[in-house]
Amino acid sequence: MSIANRVHITKRTGASGGAQLASRLIAIVVALAASGLVMLFMGYHPLEIFGKIITSSLSTYSRFGETMNKTILLTMLSLGISVAFRMKFWNIGAEGQFYMGAFGAALIAFGFPDLPAWLLLPLMGLCAFVFGGIWALIPALIKAKFTTSETLVTLMMNYIAISFISYLQYGPWKDPESLGAAKIARFSDNAILPKVFGIHAGWIIMLVLVVVMTILLKYTKLGYQIDVLGESETTAKYAGMNTLKIMIIAVLLSGGLCGVAGFMQASAVEKSITDQMSGGLGFTAVITAWLAKLKPPVIVVVSFAFSMLLQSGKALQVMGIPSSITEVLQGVIIFFVLGSEFFINYKISFRKADKEG
Amino acid sequence: MDILNEISLFLQTSVQMGTHILFAIVGGIICEKVGNMNLGIEGMMLMGAAVGFQVACATANPFLAVLSAGLAGLVGALIYAFITVTLRGNQVVTGLVLTIFGTGVAGFIGKSVSGNTVPAEVVDAFKPYDIPVLCDIPIIGKALFSQSGYVQAAIVVAILAYLYIKKTKFGLNMRAVGENPAAADASGINVTLYKYVHVLAGGFLCGVGGAYLSTVFLTTWQDNVTAGAGWIAVALVIFSTWNPLKAIFAAYLFGMLKGLNFKMQGWGFSVPSQILEMLPYIATIVVLVFITLRKKRENQPPQALGDPYFREER
Repeated sequence: MSIANRVHITKRTGASGGAQLASRLIAIVVALAASGLVMLFMGYHPLEIFGKIITSSLSTYSRFGETMNKTILLTMLSLGISVAFRMKFWNIGAEGQFYMGAFGAALIAFGFPDLPAWLLLPLMGLCAFVFGGIWALIPALIKAKFTTSETLVTLMMNYIAISFISYLQYGPWKDPESLGAAKIARFSDNAILPKVFGIHAGWIIMLVLVVVMTILLKYTKLGYQIDVLGESETTAKYAGMNTLKIMIIAVLLSGGLCGVAGFMQASAVEKSITDQMSGGLGFTAVITAWLAKLKPPVIVVVSFAFSMLLQSGKALQVMGIPSSITEVLQGVIIFFVLGSEFFINYKISFRKADKEG
Repeated sequence: MDILNEISLFLQTSVQMGTHILFAIVGGIICEKVGNMNLGIEGMMLMGAAVGFQVACATANPFLAVLSAGLAGLVGALIYAFITVTLRGNQVVTGLVLTIFGTGVAGFIGKSVSGNTVPAEVVDAFKPYDIPVLCDIPIIGKALFSQSGYVQAAIVVAILAYLYIKKTKFGLNMRAVGENPAAADASGINVTLYKYVHVLAGGFLCGVGGAYLSTVFLTTWQDNVTAGAGWIAVALVIFSTWNPLKAIFAAYLFGMLKGLNFKMQGWGFSVPSQILEMLPYIATIVVLVFITLRKKRENQPPQALGDPYFREER
């Protein structure tokens, strides 16, 4: 008679919204406590570190601005990812779609540097959307044609895109005027997103897109079709939906949004493109999208919290605390939140030992 | 004669450059064969690299260094296994988080050892040695028989993994778990146990692979020492169609590609190195499409790869 026989696990159907929220909050509290222990173990005072994370990411307006820059980037990428994930198309290629979007924006920026900003910027955004979308579409078409797993193909496409940008940076696009390190030339002033209230205008685009995506996913036919397709392809087919068409639109949208994220980062933050400009956030965004349950408004909140952690890394380093501590923290917190999902989705009951053998 | 010598030296370096990847690919294969896709390979390699390096510096004991590196990878895999197997969490997300976590842990440990070099005892233990007669075989002699024991261990591990997966009862059971856990469960295989054991074994190998880089190949600590090797390994697991024997080939092919990069600068003509860096990924996509097209059973990804198993749902 083992313990395993006495513990009975059943799938919970529809835990109430309140119960779900409560479990998540408990998970976050436990996660913070656990990460505090980890910090103690690493030889730091947890409250001091938590305090520094908050002050270094929020205490001055410029720090807040830096945090917002990351929030915008993470939110845009997570929005893109969530469209595909809702359809259970596991697009973990945001990183690559981001870089190809940035490349698309740069093509326009370098091609027409003298266009007025009101025309140049939208063109860059559009081109970024198309390039990011196409980069996502390739694995989708491969999947449609050969039933090849999109998880693996989108993952591979990331590295192809990054190497491609690297190639441009060290090869044909290398700025001859840059001495020392290979760099791509700076965009013309017209190609740089203006600041609104001290933060680049991407935050307005981000907020608009969060609203648009919420409406699109929740209240439109396309959003409904994406959800049905995600639930079951057979159901979608029986209901007479053109599943291939829905998949193509959703994937284009998914990659396109990641591409636009690339445009915003290139134009507003880097003012050029580099092979390091994502900082790996294309992968982090998979995590934030998942933690936010693929809901656009929640994505903003989760992305902001993550950005605080990311932003504080640099500041901690200055204070002589290794920045890697924020990576450890991210890990511990998300491990706990991932674990807590189990208690939302499953119910555990204990049987009496004498029942069943 | 000179050219032959050149080639054999080139192959020798290529094998060294593919060794950490070979450990990681075999680890990845073992993990994926029970149906768990672990994108945390990079993180586990880094944890192994950092812990192995630190223990090597602290104890000057090569055996302890390798063992602790493996255990570091195993601890990473244990977190992953607990979340994905016991708590049925999402494998992709958990793996990605493991990579972030491992990078952080390695960075933190690395802080305290940066500037150190691996002690002479450890360097000596892993020095390349000549196996008489065999190492004089033209072209491939040096590559295989004038190497560090660590390098040869990788080949042995790959061969053993192959025999285990294809020829033993445990290997058969493990494949059953990866293909169809419900059927495996019904036939009396302990699915949870199988998943745990193999995910942990895979993590152990990834840790050992990481430690090769830090303690043998470089012998000094570099931040982010794996530099994406874990992701190459994820790709090459597929490239080798989940077969550890083909993994040997895949890893050394990758090593040759790396070596070619350096060589070409000397030869005066060059393909941009970034284009060469794309090749493993492009090749992997081609292989993926090819195996789904050919539908040859033994080359397919494990059927239940990525799915959590929940008994009541079968």
